[in-house]
Amino acid sequence: MDDGISLSVTEAVRVQPLSEASVALLRELVAHLRQSRTQLREEWARRITEAQLLTAMSKDEIFAEATAVYDNYVDVLETGSVEALQAYARNLSERIIPRGVQTHEVVGIVLLLRDVLARSLFAKYQADFTKLNRVLDAYEPAANRIANTVGVSFVQERERVIRAQQEAIRELSTPVLPVRERLLILPVIGTVDPLRARQLTEQLLRGIRTNRARVVVMDITGVPAMDATVANHLVLTVEAARLLGATVIVTGLSPELAQTLVNIGVDLSKMDTVGDLQGGIEEAERLLGYKVSPVEESPKQL
Amino acid sequence: MQVPILKQRDYLIASIQAALTDADLLQLRDALVAQVGTFRSRGVIVDVTALDVMDSFAVRTLRDLAHMIRLRGAETVIVGIQPEVAFAMVQLGLILEGVSTALDLEEGLAFLDKKLKAGSRAG
Repeated sequence: MDDGISLSVTEAVRVQPLSEASVALLRELVAHLRQSRTQLREEWARRITEAQLLTAMSKDEIFAEATAVYDNYVDVLETGSVEALQAYARNLSERIIPRGVQTHEVVGIVLLLRDVLARSLFAKYQADFTKLNRVLDAYEPAANRIANTVGVSFVQERERVIRAQQEAIRELSTPVLPVRERLLILPVIGTVDPLRARQLTEQLLRGIRTNRARVVVMDITGVPAMDATVANHLVLTVEAARLLGATVIVTGLSPELAQTLVNIGVDLSKMDTVGDLQGGIEEAERLLGYKVSPVEESPKQL
Repeated sequence: MQVPILKQRDYLIASIQAALTDADLLQLRDALVAQVGTFRSRGVIVDVTALDVMDSFAVRTLRDLAHMIRLRGAETVIVGIQPEVAFAMVQLGLILEGVSTALDLEEGLAFLDKKLKAGSRAG
């Protein structure tokens, strides 16, 4: 049970070894749950719909997943090993996370199943209160452990997805694009945190070297705000680019950003700023000695 | 280690090949400032491509060198500053103010050609 992958889950939900008597009770319980499978499963699916959980999924889908979870659930009760359920929960999470299923829904449905099964136990053993008590003693820790396993698997899967997405965003976020010989464009979109600022600097300075750029237009139209640290970093980047022999033209400064830059006391003689990207490119072309003129229309041939 | 100074038409080129001591730097500065007069050079290029560290003394000496050479009637370009070095320099506030920079030797020569042509036309 303690293999590397499932370690963190099993750590969190480890239970005391069961006594002989409770093993026997669990076996009885499992037989009962297998017998009333159809009815309990339907009851559960109905309560999921009633509670308006898993609204992103169709009724048939809910029923299909409910069946699979039910069977896994009973298996866990029988064998006491959560590994199969864990794998299933992870697989399920992988499928339903992109559809916007929330943590509270997943935890909610597992708790509902626990309740549905407990109710059926109450109904079965209502005549014999001591036995009901003993059955619940065996059932409850196992059921709680299952709920825990599913919840943790879901959250872990979601964290994994988030990490992968962050990584992807980071890689995509700062393209350095050559537009003409000696001219690079660096469009910056989205919030710039210190980590991204560092990456941006690195890519820009490398880009200047590999493309032998003389002018870089850094367009920050898409940056909503920057704190003083990041703004300062930006100014340093512009300076560093100058040391490599390139001029950086900053375009698309929003009023808020302009305020930030003034507040931190930027020396404006060191920064070349133009209103928008178009103006920036025109200025860059002027610096590089390009002159763009429309092609003269040739006389139309009849 | 002494830095060789090459004369190429109107320009002097000093290519630093290894980390220099403070004394070497001062020696380089004095030699360049003197030779600008001797050869009647109009431009000086200092190539620092091989340096992966630039301390404050080196930066200050290069800046002084550029300013002194301007007073002697020539232009200076520092070329080949590595990206990492450049960012470390600005973080320490060593920004070579008032000194021209270029990506590499070729760019530096192009820069001087353009600048001196413009200057002679104006004069």
